[in-house]
Amino acid sequence: MPEANVQEALMLRHQATETALGVELPPAELLEALRALRDAHGYRFYIVTTGIDGTEGIEIVHGLRNLETGDDFFVKVLLPKDDPELDSAAFLFAGAEWHEREILDLFGVRFRSHPDPRRILMPDEYEGHPLLKDFPMDTPWGYRPAAPESETDG
Amino acid sequence: MTEEIRVVDRELGELALNMGPQHPSTHGVLHLKVHLRGETVVKAIPGIGYLHRGVEKLSENLAYEQLAPIFERNDYLGPTANSLGYVVAVERLGGFEVPRRGAWLRTLVAELQRIASHLVWLGTLGLDLGGALGGGTTLYMYCFREREKILDYMEELTGTRFHTNFNLIGGARYDITPELAAKAVDLANQMEACLGEMRNMTSATAMFRGRVEGIGVIPRDLALSVGVTGPVLRASGVKFDVRKDAPYDAYPDLQFDIPTRTEGDALARFEVRMDEIAESAKLVRQLVEGLPDGPIFTRKPIKNPKGLKVKPNEVYAAVESPRGELGFYIVADGTFKPYRLKINAPSFCNLQVIPHIAPGLLLADVIATLGSLDPVLGDVDR
Repeated sequence: MPEANVQEALMLRHQATETALGVELPPAELLEALRALRDAHGYRFYIVTTGIDGTEGIEIVHGLRNLETGDDFFVKVLLPKDDPELDSAAFLFAGAEWHEREILDLFGVRFRSHPDPRRILMPDEYEGHPLLKDFPMDTPWGYRPAAPESETDG
Repeated sequence: MTEEIRVVDRELGELALNMGPQHPSTHGVLHLKVHLRGETVVKAIPGIGYLHRGVEKLSENLAYEQLAPIFERNDYLGPTANSLGYVVAVERLGGFEVPRRGAWLRTLVAELQRIASHLVWLGTLGLDLGGALGGGTTLYMYCFREREKILDYMEELTGTRFHTNFNLIGGARYDITPELAAKAVDLANQMEACLGEMRNMTSATAMFRGRVEGIGVIPRDLALSVGVTGPVLRASGVKFDVRKDAPYDAYPDLQFDIPTRTEGDALARFEVRMDEIAESAKLVRQLVEGLPDGPIFTRKPIKNPKGLKVKPNEVYAAVESPRGELGFYIVADGTFKPYRLKINAPSFCNLQVIPHIAPGLLLADVIATLGSLDPVLGDVDR
């Protein structure tokens, strides 16, 4: 099944319009597709994983590269906005570990069986996920250490 | 609130040591928690984010025209590479044409800054290795002496020594005069000449080789799986360079080699970068010789930044920054602002390899390894 899926995905990709980068897969098939791309299709080099807070949900994009052909391949999955959860790809590509932590940090997506699911850029006590579209730019931060009371005041 | 991970096995005499975030040998504000047994590292946990400025969030709230100078602050040792990556991505996204002379000038500045960046790396590697290199600061001063020439040249060309803001969406900002062109060739020759001197101080000495040879080996498979980029990847035997394999600007018309090594250790990374300086000097000479005539910027001028709109599209475009593949993943929604902009920073990818290669190294070798990876924390944290 996964093999066929990837073949189909590759086909789709070539027919894709100019505005589409990569192919979309159901979340459950992501790991199988990544494994097939790595083992059977030569996409061994891990480029990037990132998230996009779109109108329909949170998109997670994994980018892989075939170094023999120099071809990049982007696989996308769409997750619901409330309680997004996805399988971690960190055991397939070691590089996914930090990128997934970044997505956890900035988008609030939980990764199942991630080796080290902690925030990476923001402080551990931070509340909120800054790259979500509803995270405002101009209100006070979710994290602000309490200022010590000044003794000279008043 | 996450629980603190406690892996220290006190019964075996393990010691957890915090290196950084305020430590001169960690290249900025990297926090490295190393677990030691004797002097041998059993586990290293990098902590990053101390320099996180939320550039990606900021970029969703600024116009395309306003963003290039902001990205120059990301990797503060090779600033033009950052804005170049951004403008190349936006040009592919919106289909903007770049006149040939503009593209060649951008390449010229990028290559000069690659040399400048590699010189800082070499100097700070000397600091990292400390006493082995004449008290440490000797090499640093020699490198900064050479780098100063490039910064002076940038000042003459653009009015700014460092954050030159040279790249525009659709061209270059400053044109070059014949005198400055001749000076660039002279500069390239000087840089090439100084390499011998640098090698005499480093790879020609047994002390230096003893500190870096066979240290921090990144096997080829690990390099691919982690996705390390640039000189680090090429030192592990993978011949991939964005300039050659996905060329942009003037690179398709230029002749240059991609230095590679197969050992994957700190010495191999050193050799790759030293060879890259020579290749960059070669490229600078070619760029000046073959510099085409014509305009440097042809895009129709706009009255305010909001005038530059990009049709809905999605692109991943990468350039070869001094540290490796710098990718910009931009999603446009038809307005004057990016909908989402992801910076795939080479330092982030390269630093990620530390927990994989540090176990088994001596503490002092962790510093040498870190120095050979050449991370810039502004680039890691964005």
